[in-house]
Amino acid sequence: MFLSDSALERLRVAADAPDLAGTRYRLLGKLGQGGMGGVFRVEDSTLEREVALKVINVADPSLSARLLQEARVIAKLEHPGIVPVHDAGTLPDGRPYYTMKRVQGNRLDELVNDSVGIADRLRMFFRICEPVAFAHAHGVLHRDLKPANIMIGPFGEVLVMDWGLSKLLAEGIASADNGSVAEERAADPAAVVATSHGSVLGTPGYMAPEQRNGETVNQRADVYALGSILEFLLQDAQPRGPARLAAICRKAKAEDRDVRYASVADLADDVAHFVDGLPVSAYPESVFGRAWRWIARNRTWILLLLAYIVVRALLIFFRPR
Amino acid sequence: MNKPVLGLVLGGILGIFDGLSAWFTPAVRSQMMGIVIGSTVKGLIAGILIGYFARKVNSLALGIVFGLGVGLLLAYGVCAMQPGPNHYYFEIMLPGGIVGTIIGYATQRFGQPQPRISV
Repeated sequence: MFLSDSALERLRVAADAPDLAGTRYRLLGKLGQGGMGGVFRVEDSTLEREVALKVINVADPSLSARLLQEARVIAKLEHPGIVPVHDAGTLPDGRPYYTMKRVQGNRLDELVNDSVGIADRLRMFFRICEPVAFAHAHGVLHRDLKPANIMIGPFGEVLVMDWGLSKLLAEGIASADNGSVAEERAADPAAVVATSHGSVLGTPGYMAPEQRNGETVNQRADVYALGSILEFLLQDAQPRGPARLAAICRKAKAEDRDVRYASVADLADDVAHFVDGLPVSAYPESVFGRAWRWIARNRTWILLLLAYIVVRALLIFFRPR
Repeated sequence: MNKPVLGLVLGGILGIFDGLSAWFTPAVRSQMMGIVIGSTVKGLIAGILIGYFARKVNSLALGIVFGLGVGLLLAYGVCAMQPGPNHYYFEIMLPGGIVGTIIGYATQRFGQPQPRISV
């Protein structure tokens, strides 16, 4: 007996769908699939709203622990740039799940095109930095920042998604951990802690060398990823990003993490300095370079004063005698 | 400092320089003190008017146009008050308009927020 392709597809979808019996959620469809689990569009029957439900593929204890860890981390990070967790629980088959706000918008890698100018791209970059800096201030590393994990909402809101590889730095949050991740107390937020299981997790191209090599990581690993995101944002920008922005990317992506910006705020500050026409720490300038930048920054002032002086001089020169 | 105060200060300073430039016209050197005082008062009035406008209307283009208009109008008043047949319209109104434009630009740009990361 043979089954048609459509019948096979329906069977595959049905087998893939989580059993939500006994929960307050009703399955509406699938939103995406990751390595660890899937994200489904469900309706919260109590609150009568659509939410996203994330559940792991198989009832594996280590994956279950990681999903729960992810939910707890996100729940502690209340920030407009981080998707809020609404609820967490266990399905009848024993798989844990959590629900979160259903984000509608475009992924950063799908959104950026030639029509987006460099000013808008940098504005987006600032808004990406904000939740990451907030997470660091609360002792959490993202460790998988990339354009595909950033959503831009219909009103320009920026949301950093997929905290599945996030890592706790601070003792306060680590105490809520279920023990699956080896944690060390970091007195300094920039201090180094052990990676979970010494395994390599992340996305090539956006992963810091120390993360790639399975070494200990700190918040400079996220700085590296943000440098890659900035590079991505600038790669086809019109007009092309100047040398000072390229230098900022290079510093953020330095192989030696001690050379990188110490924090996300430092990186964002340097980009803000570029926007303001001020010197950036990543790009030492000559005296002429500084003078030219000062002129470029104050060109309207200079032109207005020059116009005034020229008019005055001409009036004096051609005055009636 | 706020926008009207910035306009006042800038208008006063530019007014003084505007008045001092009369020194290059030997015919009016004897009236330097009166010219400098008059020019300064004109700059102060223009500055405060343009500064108040900038507080109410947040638009660089409108601020510059308003500044130009106020500068020209006040300079026209000064020209009209000149005794004798020569009112120096061109010589007084042209720099007066530029001074108004400078103040209009400065008061609109003053105090614009800068993007910064806050956690």
